[in-house]
Amino acid sequence: MRTDKEKPVSPSEIIAKSPQIDKVGVEERVARFQTRSIKNESKMQGLKMALSMIDLTTLEGKDTPGKVMQMCYKAAHLHDQFPDLPTVAAVCVYPSMVKIAHEALIGSNIQIASVATAFPSGQSTLEIKLNDTKFAVDQGATEIDMVISRGKFLSGEYNFVFDEICAVKEACGKARLKVILETGELVTLENVRKASDLAIHAGADFIKTSTGKIQPAATMQITYVMLMAIKDHFNATGKMVGMKPAGGISTAKLALHNLVMVNEILGPKWLDNQWFRFGASSLANDILMQILKTDTGLYQSADYFTID
Amino acid sequence: MKSKKTESSTSWLYSPSPESTAHISLRESYDLYINGKWEKPISGKYFDSINPANEKHLAKIAHADQADIDKAVKAARKAYDTAWSKLSGSERAKYIYRIARIMQERARELAVIESLDGGKPIRESRDIDIPLACNHFFYYAGWADKLEYAFPTRKVEALGVAGQIIPWNFPLLMAAWKIAPALATGNTVVLKPAETTSLTALKLAEIIHDAGLPPGVVNIVTGFGDTGAAIVNHPDINKIAFTGSTNVGKIIQKAIAGTSKKATLELGGKSANIIFDDAPIDQAVEGIVNGIFFNQGHVCCAGSRLYVQESVAEKVIQKLKDRIQTLYVGDPLDKNTDIGAINSKEQLQTIDKYIKIGIKEGAEIYQPACNLPKKGFYCPPTLFTNVAQSNLIVQEEIFGPVLTVQTFRTVDEVIQKANNTPFGLAAGVWTDKGSRIFNLTTKLRAGVVWANTYNKFDPSSPFGGYKESGFGREGGVHGLSAYVKLS
Repeated sequence: MRTDKEKPVSPSEIIAKSPQIDKVGVEERVARFQTRSIKNESKMQGLKMALSMIDLTTLEGKDTPGKVMQMCYKAAHLHDQFPDLPTVAAVCVYPSMVKIAHEALIGSNIQIASVATAFPSGQSTLEIKLNDTKFAVDQGATEIDMVISRGKFLSGEYNFVFDEICAVKEACGKARLKVILETGELVTLENVRKASDLAIHAGADFIKTSTGKIQPAATMQITYVMLMAIKDHFNATGKMVGMKPAGGISTAKLALHNLVMVNEILGPKWLDNQWFRFGASSLANDILMQILKTDTGLYQSADYFTID
Repeated sequence: MKSKKTESSTSWLYSPSPESTAHISLRESYDLYINGKWEKPISGKYFDSINPANEKHLAKIAHADQADIDKAVKAARKAYDTAWSKLSGSERAKYIYRIARIMQERARELAVIESLDGGKPIRESRDIDIPLACNHFFYYAGWADKLEYAFPTRKVEALGVAGQIIPWNFPLLMAAWKIAPALATGNTVVLKPAETTSLTALKLAEIIHDAGLPPGVVNIVTGFGDTGAAIVNHPDINKIAFTGSTNVGKIIQKAIAGTSKKATLELGGKSANIIFDDAPIDQAVEGIVNGIFFNQGHVCCAGSRLYVQESVAEKVIQKLKDRIQTLYVGDPLDKNTDIGAINSKEQLQTIDKYIKIGIKEGAEIYQPACNLPKKGFYCPPTLFTNVAQSNLIVQEEIFGPVLTVQTFRTVDEVIQKANNTPFGLAAGVWTDKGSRIFNLTTKLRAGVVWANTYNKFDPSSPFGGYKESGFGREGGVHGLSAYVKLS
């Protein structure tokens, strides 16, 4: 049974409905989130929430089973000296490392995310991308982080981009799909919004800013524009889509600013690692440092936090 | 395998984050600052200043009457004749720069007192009011020795003694708008702040004193309407500068008719904020919120009449309602407060009166659910839809967080409707088309027209009204001309 709102729309219709965006206005709005003062209990709550939303990530050419296993242990044991800390939400690795991560995380609640579709450039054939995706899922990935074809998007081939996302979504099966827009290559906020709308309509479970390989990555302005796309879609259809800023969020303060923004745009329903994630490698330790500081009143040096 | 839920999935409320008041110093009672000294009022009368956020007593303030004003004007005249008019522009500039710098040094204290006394959120007094007030002094200090360049080929002379009466919505900022250009052009000043918000003007008197200005150059006298009337009617004042209500503006104009007093009046407004269907909608919604809810709507140029093109009206109104729901209304000193306290009980009664009128007129009201503090004067952000030009709430200035929303179909229609008001202070235009912006700026009869933004102020930008919104401009080079005689 389909309601009128759900009737299929073409990619060009989707793009045509994407709103105009004024960069200066977006900057002003984002600055307001950054002036929110998060203190005491709400700060502790926010910090723990941020920890639980991290996709602990290693995406390097030099990744080895040893490195991935160590990171997986860290994911489940962030700082055992401090009681009642959550684990991170997921680890994020290349497809070749999924099996290692899967074995290392047996018995935990931590998800296994894998980048697929010829990450990070996406410059390959659909067939290879689909095989890449299926391989990662077969190996035990519960979440797939795909990249869109930015070249096709910038040359106006929206149908191509849309169809590719649909195909990868199908290949994911039960795994949740995060669609990486690589906003640093889309450049304008209008493009970010259009790509967000395309990805959401094509079936993305999450939309994600960046691969982490291109700067600028997850700026507050870009995340804001993507959150507004999620909000508009929710208001129109009632369907929730998740958000994952990735790349460049390395401090607890910036993470809290992002959570303030999610809280005030999308509301508390999204303050959950089912719907919001941080893609980050060094964020966790900065948050841990803040949590311990809030508890003891003292900043420990970096040597007191493990670096797996 | 489902990931662990955190306790946070229900709600995340921000803990109170009040700005400290430990660092401010307020006296128990304030006298009149006349001739460089703190003078008791001749009548011996004082009135109470309270914090509108909790109705607690802050200080006693002297109530000046005609005899006190006479003293102040005499001091200002003497200072003009013997000291201030004898100084070169660059010497005057040194004093004005000094005021600006001391204000910057005490910015934090000024911001807290502004919020305590007037009810505005600390975020606004800290980030907008106080920095802008400092900038006005810096800006006009720069002009003091360059007046011949501001008015090339003309001879520039000061007017003499300026009587200045300012409102309660931006107490320190309005004092800066008035005092800075007057001093830069070589005039001396008798300034009266509004009775509900005297404190930062009195702190400014302390700063002016510390800056070492010659006695009598700036005199700060406090009191009510009768005090203001004594200034307006004093025969030895050369210039009246007033910011406030249109009613009082009319009284002032009658009072000075036939005298040689020059005047600038910055009065009320009912400004139009116009949203076209090609506008960046989400940013426009922010602009609507900033246009009407900035400073609880106590802004003469508030965008209180919203016009939305019909094809996007439903979407804009829905987004606006959603956005208003996320505004924090409450303690002005909390750093997270978006909307603070209404300035006074009287003003709250006025706003409530208009809200009742709106409901009675059949307009559809929307107010978000918010827990207002039990003590103090608060009003939730309020929308009225289903209104027409003929509704009283669309015609009259409410001076509170109340927005009327009308729809329009064509450009010509909205220009007509925007201009269909006795006021003409400001307007906002939201569209992606540059040509449309220029078309509207030439056709809207308003002193300021903002494009794709609202409520932006800068010392170098002139501000003032058309029609019943007053005459004369403050800010920029234009602001100098209000205080000089050219020949």
